[in-house]
Amino acid sequence: IVRYASTTAGHSIEKVLIANRGEIACRVIRTARKMGVKSIAVYSDADKNSMHVAMADEAYLIGPAASQQSYLSMEKIMQVAKKSAAQAIHPGYGFLSENTEFAELCKQEGIIFIGPPSSAIRDMGIKSTSKAIMSAAGVPVVEGYHGDNQSDECLKEHAKKIGYPVMIKAVRGGGGKGMRIAHSEKEFLDQLESARREAKKSFNDDAMLIEKFVDNPRHVEVQVFGDQHGNAVYLFERDCSVQRRHQKIIEEAPGPGIGPEVRKKLGEAAVRAAKAVNYVGAGTVEFIMDSQHNFYFMEMNTRLQVEHPVTEMITGTDLVEWQLRVAAGEKIPLAQEEISLRGHAFEARIYAEDPTNNFMPGAGPLLHLSTPPPDSFTRIETGVRQGDEVSVHYDPMIAKLVVWAEDRQAALRKLRYSLHQYNIVGLSTNIDFLLSLSGHSQFEAGNVHTNFIPQHHEELFPSRKATHNEVLCQAALGLILKEKMMTDVFRDQSNDKFSPFASSSGRRLNVSFTRNMTLLDGENNVDITVNYNHDGSYNMQIGEKTFLVSGDISHKGDSTYLRSSVNGIVCKSKLVILDNTIHLFLPGGSAQIGLPVPKYLSGVSATGPQGGAIAPMTGTVEKVFVKVGDKVEAGDPLMVMIAMKMEHIIRAPKAGIIKKVNYQEGSQANRHAALVELMDEETESK
Amino acid sequence: MKNQPDAGSSRYQENYERMKALVTELQEQAEKIRLGGGEKARKLHTSRGKLLPRERIDRLIDPGSPFLEFSQFAGYQLYGNEEVPAGGIITGIGRVSGVECLVVANDATVKGGTYYPITVKKHLRAQEIAMQNHLPCLYLVDSGGANLPRQAEVFPDRDHFGRIFYNQAVMSSQGIPQIAVVMGSCTAGGAYVPAMADESIIVGKQGTIFLGGPPLVKAATGEEVSAEDLGGADLHCRKSGVTDHYALDDSHALHLARRAVRNLNYQKKVDVNIEPSEEPLFPADELYGIVGDQLKRNFDVKEVIARIVDGSKFDEFKALYGDTLITGFARVFGYPVGIIGNNGVLFSESAKKGTHFIQLCCQRNIPIVFLQNITGFMVGRDYEAGGIAKDGAKMVTAVACASVPKITVIIGGSYGAGNYGMCGRAYSPRFLYMWPNARISVMGGEQAATVLATIAKDQKAREGKQLSEADEAALKEPIISRFEAEGNPYYSSARLWDDGIIDPVDTRLVLGLSLSAALNAPTRKTEFGVFRM
Repeated sequence: IVRYASTTAGHSIEKVLIANRGEIACRVIRTARKMGVKSIAVYSDADKNSMHVAMADEAYLIGPAASQQSYLSMEKIMQVAKKSAAQAIHPGYGFLSENTEFAELCKQEGIIFIGPPSSAIRDMGIKSTSKAIMSAAGVPVVEGYHGDNQSDECLKEHAKKIGYPVMIKAVRGGGGKGMRIAHSEKEFLDQLESARREAKKSFNDDAMLIEKFVDNPRHVEVQVFGDQHGNAVYLFERDCSVQRRHQKIIEEAPGPGIGPEVRKKLGEAAVRAAKAVNYVGAGTVEFIMDSQHNFYFMEMNTRLQVEHPVTEMITGTDLVEWQLRVAAGEKIPLAQEEISLRGHAFEARIYAEDPTNNFMPGAGPLLHLSTPPPDSFTRIETGVRQGDEVSVHYDPMIAKLVVWAEDRQAALRKLRYSLHQYNIVGLSTNIDFLLSLSGHSQFEAGNVHTNFIPQHHEELFPSRKATHNEVLCQAALGLILKEKMMTDVFRDQSNDKFSPFASSSGRRLNVSFTRNMTLLDGENNVDITVNYNHDGSYNMQIGEKTFLVSGDISHKGDSTYLRSSVNGIVCKSKLVILDNTIHLFLPGGSAQIGLPVPKYLSGVSATGPQGGAIAPMTGTVEKVFVKVGDKVEAGDPLMVMIAMKMEHIIRAPKAGIIKKVNYQEGSQANRHAALVELMDEETESK
Repeated sequence: MKNQPDAGSSRYQENYERMKALVTELQEQAEKIRLGGGEKARKLHTSRGKLLPRERIDRLIDPGSPFLEFSQFAGYQLYGNEEVPAGGIITGIGRVSGVECLVVANDATVKGGTYYPITVKKHLRAQEIAMQNHLPCLYLVDSGGANLPRQAEVFPDRDHFGRIFYNQAVMSSQGIPQIAVVMGSCTAGGAYVPAMADESIIVGKQGTIFLGGPPLVKAATGEEVSAEDLGGADLHCRKSGVTDHYALDDSHALHLARRAVRNLNYQKKVDVNIEPSEEPLFPADELYGIVGDQLKRNFDVKEVIARIVDGSKFDEFKALYGDTLITGFARVFGYPVGIIGNNGVLFSESAKKGTHFIQLCCQRNIPIVFLQNITGFMVGRDYEAGGIAKDGAKMVTAVACASVPKITVIIGGSYGAGNYGMCGRAYSPRFLYMWPNARISVMGGEQAATVLATIAKDQKAREGKQLSEADEAALKEPIISRFEAEGNPYYSSARLWDDGIIDPVDTRLVLGLSLSAALNAPTRKTEFGVFRM
């Protein structure tokens, strides 16, 4: 009755505009649907075929791909809100979610901004202010310099006072943007400059704060929720310690090894923090925690976090539903005592990136995409489907895989099992890395901290081992059977359907048919001699070893499965053959086996990269350091590129003289484009 | 058909073992021939970055495509101590970009790929197959040209070297594509293979084409020039225009050849109705036990048919008439066939039945398969008086004139006029194969020896002398052994009297491949000559 009363007392939300894209837009639409609320999507040119557009009840184009002119354009979004008569706007995360001006604009226009009041965003968005408020509210904070004097000397002075290593952070920053660590005085100014450049780019504000850098801390955050009636609750903590490039990749709730006492202390501190700023809606209070479980306030994120599902899983809540209800003026659906913690949940973020290349973000088509079957304990939060493209314009996250089980060990097992079933072809992903991460003994033991990946680098990035011969046999079999399938398709289209010439039997008269195949295992060519037996099996010889191989391929949904028998051991794997690579997703992991590109096709590219510097990915040239005729040494910086919202320094691959600079500042360069052409000094003198 | 041989009988067992031994020998010999020239020659060849000819074919044809190879035993023990494996040239049919093509590949590891008389014959036979069956031709050229010491046997006559280019021109005029890939030397006359082709490809720094090689040029004009400058890929692709496509290596050249075939806009129009293919009900290797290697032992050809045709289904025609000749309809890999097989000597009735059946097949456009195991037409006063010559002539006329695809398999004896009536080589079957147990000669060795011994005896008798038994045996023995040697399938295949010796177990497959190839040719209406009534 109380709830009913509060609903009628507030504003009813019939239609919600989602000012976001990708998985979070889809996530919000799902809950909106469940609640009978109509969803309005907005999209850029790049997203016109996206999943969130397809899912929404209505969708409006708001401009070109660049987010400044689309997802960050308050004006355009507000126009759509009015045109579509949406009562509320859900900003998701990123983009406008923590933008004070936008929250205020909504208020002026009489549209509910699903988030905290603009004052709370402002207070929490400026790190120095937030710390002061927290400190006053009795929340423990880390020492640092949050002053207005931004001169290099002053910042350096404070850094020295706090003591190295220090963290240089953009005052308005977040998500790892505009954040650098200086380990010594020597590198301070370089790092400061870099942080400022990135901050300027991301937030149009390069004010910096300096903080003590806590070595090997844990990153523990508490989900809080406030309503317009002055209530605030916590929904326990999440551990997001394991990060790369200061960005989270694997999160869990509750935090491993955290006892009920610390949990309560954390929760209460977070609620104090929320109340200090009259917080309304979903928020996250981030702490760093040392090995003694002392924790210090770091920042408060005034939005729904990427990793909110793990909290939902352990508390049985739908936080988006809570957001919508609280925004409509309702009270928080549950009182603190009613919120209980059950089981353990993990979230793994699946990114288009190359872990072996310093997690370089990637982009490209999802040529093949198959996921574990979702159920109530396995959530696939994604905004893309097979055939979609991970765009260079936005965040390269492909999906979040969320699993729940009764305890941490079971949840971790489930996570690994599900990751094995998450198969993507077309671009580099971090799935295999997530597997080795989640399988690491220290991770299993819960000994996590923010320096986990560098600390365990060697085990997490084992040097590439030769693929097992049995797997190579499967790859060869997959290739042969795929050829057969294509021959069968051709045959079935003809009016000559039974000709033995289309049998793919490789039959020869009186002699056996032996086919010499070469597969590429990493850098190594592996020669396989395949003998076609008359019964449809194959004898494959690799080196001195011979394998009897047989099998077939079948299709289920969009996927192709290879059932193979190698020396009597039967195995079923998913098979994807694209371009010059055979992808096998086996129960024990995935394998990529290449097909050597014939000389006549590789002739051109083989000589390409040596002549100069090439773009690692599509992006914009930010800065050019060199001009024609300059002499450079190997490793000298040539350019700075901005791609995937990250800075990439393009360095000289070898010593030489700049022959040509193909891209000027501000121009867009495609992946593998030759940015700068170099020539050898000797060549020049000749 | 529901047939079951008595697999337990000692005769079956003995037949099985002995035929099996023949097949094993066949495979062993073929594996040796597969290697081509000696190890040294192969090493030299591959060290130059060249693929071996069989590997070239493997990469040219579609992955997994069967290859119907012809006359592996060409040149087998033909030139005394000089071994010319496969006649120095590999020919056969495989699918390239989905099109059934005839491939001719020189084996440069065998005497530098030079043309022996048998090489010429095999090349011409391959072209004949292409012409009869309307198959695009792909020539993988790597040859030093005519074998000079044997020029008299390869150059001047009608069916000698020049005929290769004549055939190219004629086939091109008939719309049968001619594609040459120059992967090595193409000297003198050989230069015309790419020059006469519709489209030609050459491998850079490897293929050369010239009418006269550097030594000849020097002898003739004193000019000193390297092979590459005289006729390399750069010259011919950039200057002379003799070749159209420049390949970086063998693989590239073969890729370009596949592409050329894709651009032929070739469509196979199968002009027969096709039913789903079914495996025979009985295992093919039972043929070993049924037939064996002793020609004197009779077997029922219907047992053979049951192990070749789809679902072992044979719709016999005129089962109760002239039953030494078996005729009927069946399917092989879904293709309709009329089958004519022998169950004994040909009588007038059998010959007339065969004629009738051939007329039916021609009327209905059904390919004919001859399963040949024939000692000949019946002899004797009554039969001559009955007009066996006239009835045999009817069948021979019908066989000769039938323009539906004809495929002959010699599964036993092939003797005398029986060979004619059952579509021997002279009757231009599209394909002719032999089983390893088969024998071919004008008559059996025993009969020939007896005939000659009788004549000798008569001569002696006129001189008033007598031929002792020992003398008679001494007279007969060499004749018998000579007939035995010359009637042997290896002897036949070495001289290209057939298109290859095949394992009886493969008969169904070989027929299926041959029929598939044969159906590329447009249907031609048959017009028979005068049947003597």
